[in-house]
Amino acid sequence: MKIGAVLAVLSLVASTAMAQAESLKVAVTTSFHNSGLADVLLPEIQKDLGLTVQLLVVGTGQALRLGAAGDVDAILVHSKASEEKFIADGHGTHRREIMFNDFVIVGPSGDPALVSAAETADEALVAIAQTQSAFVSRGDDSGTHKKELALWAGAGVDAEARAAVWYKEAGAGMGAALNTASGLNAYIMSDRASWLKFGNKGDLALLYAGDPALFNQYAYLPVNPVTHPHVQAELAEKLEAWLISDRARALIDGYTLEGGRLFIFNAQKH
Amino acid sequence: MNEILAGLLQAGQMIITLDSDLIEISLRSLRVTLTAVFVASAIGLPLGCWLAVRRFRYRRFVIATLNALMGLPPVVVGLIVYLLLSRSGPFGVFGLLFTPTAMIIAQVVILTPLIASIAHQAIRELWAEYHDLLISLNTSRRQRIGTLLWDGRRALLTASLAGFGRGIGEVGAIMIVGGNIDHATRVLTTAISLETGKGNFALALALGFVLIGLAVAVNLIIHMLSRTEVSGRW
Amino acid sequence: MVSAILPLSVENAFVRRRGKTLVGPISTTVSETGLTIVMGPNGAGKTTLLRMLHGMERLARGGKLSWQLPEPETRAYQAFVFQAPIMMRRTALENVAYPLITHGVSRKEARMRAEQWLARVGLSESADKQGTVLSGGERQKLALARALIRDPQILFLDEPCANLDGSATREFEEILREAFQAGTRVVMSTHDVGQARRLAQDVWFIHHGRILEQTPADTFFETPRCQEARAFLNGDIVE
Repeated sequence: MKIGAVLAVLSLVASTAMAQAESLKVAVTTSFHNSGLADVLLPEIQKDLGLTVQLLVVGTGQALRLGAAGDVDAILVHSKASEEKFIADGHGTHRREIMFNDFVIVGPSGDPALVSAAETADEALVAIAQTQSAFVSRGDDSGTHKKELALWAGAGVDAEARAAVWYKEAGAGMGAALNTASGLNAYIMSDRASWLKFGNKGDLALLYAGDPALFNQYAYLPVNPVTHPHVQAELAEKLEAWLISDRARALIDGYTLEGGRLFIFNAQKH
Repeated sequence: MNEILAGLLQAGQMIITLDSDLIEISLRSLRVTLTAVFVASAIGLPLGCWLAVRRFRYRRFVIATLNALMGLPPVVVGLIVYLLLSRSGPFGVFGLLFTPTAMIIAQVVILTPLIASIAHQAIRELWAEYHDLLISLNTSRRQRIGTLLWDGRRALLTASLAGFGRGIGEVGAIMIVGGNIDHATRVLTTAISLETGKGNFALALALGFVLIGLAVAVNLIIHMLSRTEVSGRW
Repeated sequence: MVSAILPLSVENAFVRRRGKTLVGPISTTVSETGLTIVMGPNGAGKTTLLRMLHGMERLARGGKLSWQLPEPETRAYQAFVFQAPIMMRRTALENVAYPLITHGVSRKEARMRAEQWLARVGLSESADKQGTVLSGGERQKLALARALIRDPQILFLDEPCANLDGSATREFEEILREAFQAGTRVVMSTHDVGQARRLAQDVWFIHHGRILEQTPADTFFETPRCQEARAFLNGDIVE
């Protein structure tokens, strides 16, 4: 019985060693993953390219960090300024825009700041600041967070005006932040996909959308094989070619949630 | 309350229909933690025993450090192991990051102090009992450790089971070093974390109930196999 | 042919703990043959003296224990029975077999010899019981069997019958006498004067950590020299 137990455990250990098949590690943001688009694309990629894409779903900051360390082969994020810095620092070769979706502002159905009546995103945010209505921020240096901060800046609401009494920095991913907003019955800026898929809406409702300032561009960045020779540059290239192909366009544009389209494909061919 | 009931029902449903995703991540959870417990026990049990028996200058300091390490936040361990295994790190060449092996390594680091500490405590008491006899009988140090490990095996089993309990429910470290990759490194705890983040509370709870059930089952099986709690036997 | 470890000569031996002298100065010889009873009131230092002779207490500087062989080699030929018998968490049979197994005897032979010894001490029926469930008398007999199984040249016993009833004591003393008659040197402490009378060939009377009197048994019991011994034999409290 003792020998049997030892053998069983040894085989457990052996079987946990992974076989390296044709697979690619891509770090993607939580907002992208939450949209559910990956569940549609990945099987198609497997079929068309024989490639298993392994997604690491992390915040934008962590995705950039993983790319910089060479622990993944490519990243898919939505924060242009950070992406350009990534390339400038030599971690990525280039950025390839793939698609965009939009951010929406959700809040308590009672809408104390009258966000639903706003004409622009700036107006909505200023209204929230002036009424000091509870607002949950990602607070995690993610693409979404950076977008949010840029919008506050654009609306003229500086850091001091965003007092802790109403502006709550969650320091968490989209889902967790939405949970917090739901619990506090607060306003929050979320990507449309995460919002539609979110399972704990509580009293929250979608109050404002449509301002072009809220558009959210996703880009694909292969990790630089010069800095990290071990990354699978060829496979990353293969995936990129697929992502900008008509096949991908059809899948991405055709992806709907709750009857509505989420992403708009806008990749340019070479 | 509704969520909890919904979770229980969903758990039952997934188990009865033998949901393939559920089975896959459950087996992976068991593989990772059981392997880690095995390795951590192989290191921690003799270490704890050795510390109980051997007297040396800094022993008290070592024991205190060991006990303190039990309080290491798993997330911190995960971060450190990540930095070590990262491609930019010292052991990157092995390509272990984002594999179950990395998760096992992280858990071994977390569980070894726990197992060693409990083992040390148990063996120390036993050693106090056996001390005069084993010295009088002129046993070698290796024989003493062997005898203490064998006669104290019930308490040592408890130490390992405590390690198992800690490991099966751990999420911080394995999330970082494993990456929660679907069909590769996703386990029950990381899946629960993911579903919670998506607001899918019922599913998260369901997975949680499966996790608890699994932990109870493992404990029961081990106790049955080692025939503890049978009257008359120690 | 096994080398004899006795006689043991003790020179100027002290055992101190935290500045207090528990035992000493002790200067004496343990002869090759004999059954010595160490007597004295409680707290006199009987236990410490025996442990010191067995090598379980560190001697203060200046003292010497000289066996006929280097001390580490003598350990294998000594045995000790503690006042509270230490039962290992195993069966009675395994308890008795343990000293043999740790000294290289094959498991099979060790168990066989252990069975024989259990029969000699009348514990055959308890062979498969856990040592920890045995009664006080059974435990002490088992401890004795365990001590004797390697045929030691010298056997120390620390008040072994202190917690035993009459019949258990009688059985214990019988086994002890057999061992002594087979050639084992016995040094045993007791505060039971009757037991001392039954067994002793010579007596060491100890008080406040010093041996006050060392005489053959009849001399000691009939004409004890020192006043404390007289008082002790009389049944008075000796402070």
